[in-house]
Amino acid sequence: MSVASVPNENTRLARFLSVLRDVMARPSGAVGLTLVMAHLLLAIISPLIVPYDYKAMNSAMMLTGPEAAHWLGTDHLGRDVFTRVLLGGREALLVTGIATPIAVTWGGFVGIFFGLVGGRIDEVMMRVVDAFLSLPWILKMLVLIVTFGTGIEVLIPTLAFFYGIPVIRIARAATHDVVARDFVSAARARGHRRITIIRRELLPNVLDTLMVEGAMRWSWMLLAFSSLSFLGFGVSPPTPDWGLMIADARGFMSFAPWGVLGPVIALSSLIIGINLTADALAKALGIDRAQKAPV
Amino acid sequence: MLRMFLRRLFLGAVTVAIVSIIIFSGVEMLPGDACTAFLEREAKGKLLENCREAQGLNRPAVERYIDWAAGAVQGNLGVSANGQKSISELVGARLGNSLLLAACSLALGVPLAIFLGVVTGLWRDKPIDLTLSTMAIFAMTIPEFVSATVLILLFSVWLGWLPGIVLTPAHAPAAEFFPEILLPVLVLTMVMTAHILRMVRSSVIEVMAGDYVQMATLKGVPYWRIVFRHALPNALLPAINVVALTIAWLLGGVVVIEVVFNYPGLGRMMIDSISDRDLPVVQAIALIVATVYVGVNLSADLLTMIANPRLRTLHMRRK
Repeated sequence: MSVASVPNENTRLARFLSVLRDVMARPSGAVGLTLVMAHLLLAIISPLIVPYDYKAMNSAMMLTGPEAAHWLGTDHLGRDVFTRVLLGGREALLVTGIATPIAVTWGGFVGIFFGLVGGRIDEVMMRVVDAFLSLPWILKMLVLIVTFGTGIEVLIPTLAFFYGIPVIRIARAATHDVVARDFVSAARARGHRRITIIRRELLPNVLDTLMVEGAMRWSWMLLAFSSLSFLGFGVSPPTPDWGLMIADARGFMSFAPWGVLGPVIALSSLIIGINLTADALAKALGIDRAQKAPV
Repeated sequence: MLRMFLRRLFLGAVTVAIVSIIIFSGVEMLPGDACTAFLEREAKGKLLENCREAQGLNRPAVERYIDWAAGAVQGNLGVSANGQKSISELVGARLGNSLLLAACSLALGVPLAIFLGVVTGLWRDKPIDLTLSTMAIFAMTIPEFVSATVLILLFSVWLGWLPGIVLTPAHAPAAEFFPEILLPVLVLTMVMTAHILRMVRSSVIEVMAGDYVQMATLKGVPYWRIVFRHALPNALLPAINVVALTIAWLLGGVVVIEVVFNYPGLGRMMIDSISDRDLPVVQAIALIVATVYVGVNLSADLLTMIANPRLRTLHMRRK
């Protein structure tokens, strides 16, 4: 009934395509995936197509409104807002794009491991996870960032570490559903090592949950990253970033609202796109996310 | 039942103890200590010595941890890094302001969310459900500082109805925060309504598909009687846990909102003390927020147990 052995390349590809088709067949999936793909594409090609240099200041053209030469106007330093909106997601996508797979991988493995081992050590581990989750994310991250600096080399491991912790819980719960089943007992009786059981019996069954979890983590990480930038602890100027741009343009909102609207729409559409995709993916894979509370 | 209660209580206490160890050892592991962090470049010679003396940093870590934890249990959170103010006093006013913000948002958001959740659940896939559910996804996923900025633009800049920033000082009495508090309350209400609505909606749908609801329908019980007498008491039970998570979030996680609106709550104090590297204050706030989180979730679990006769008898039978 369930996939107890590792499927070969062909069935894997076929399953991927069928899930993809299912996701695209749902309105939320079609809209979401299109948004995400458009954002990824833009992030890759935007340096080639932007009309201006994102650093180029122009003191004669500060906070001018939208016009033919500057579609979204200029900011308080006379830089072209459209250019900066196009480039503003690259840093965020790069950092979260690297950090999300790391977080899901390490959190997933630790969760599956403790789900399989069980017993007292598992109980203790869960208390530690609870303890970590009870601290506000921004406090945990800011303490590290203030101490070690705001570069990518600090942000990626910090995000990957803290966003892997809730994954432990999810992976453990999903493992618990599987671990009592016959094929795991059979593998144990055959005398397989733990690592083999994890790789061949548990991982294939937990993978769906981890995929959906990964999509959700990605959107939360983007949220965290842009919030950090907004607060001045993320990307450092003059690198364009949506969170930072919104923070900068907020002061001039009363007479130059275009500076805010561009990055607001860009950031919102990306995060909504990811969430819609995750939603459709969860439904396509048959995992109910509705019951889960936000962490 | 009582044993279950005590077990939960014990586990909660263990979690708080682990949190305190994580906080303390986390700060220990960072390079530097409260004094080098606070004094920065002047951290050398006599000045550093005096500061360490005042903070008691010359003693072994375990001893300091025990002192700190014992003090915290008694409500004494130590003094800030400059050694002048009692942290309990500093944090007290801010905690009060955060509570005010949380209370206003809860009073507005919870009834609204439950009402809309029931409506969307009962009229599943009808236009009203599709509209509200889509709006909920938007409210939930858009970053708080984005929705806050848009609402300021709309209500404060363009319409001029509400002040877009809080200028009241931290120690002012609660009444003086009106009407400045309304816009932050609105943003928080939006986000939490979305979360609770989705939860209540799925719970209502699940319960309405249950056997006993079908049975009541076949028996000829009027629809609204089914909804109010049979379905809702069961459907609203899981809402307790979401509301608990929301309360914990309101008291610890609304840093960004507080910064956007310049609201003098616990969250902004957290950011300020991290930027100032005032580690004793950071430790204290972390401990408070974590304790609130554990406490609120614990209360929700216990409340669910009391409110749900099924869980009650289940545990009694097991005993």
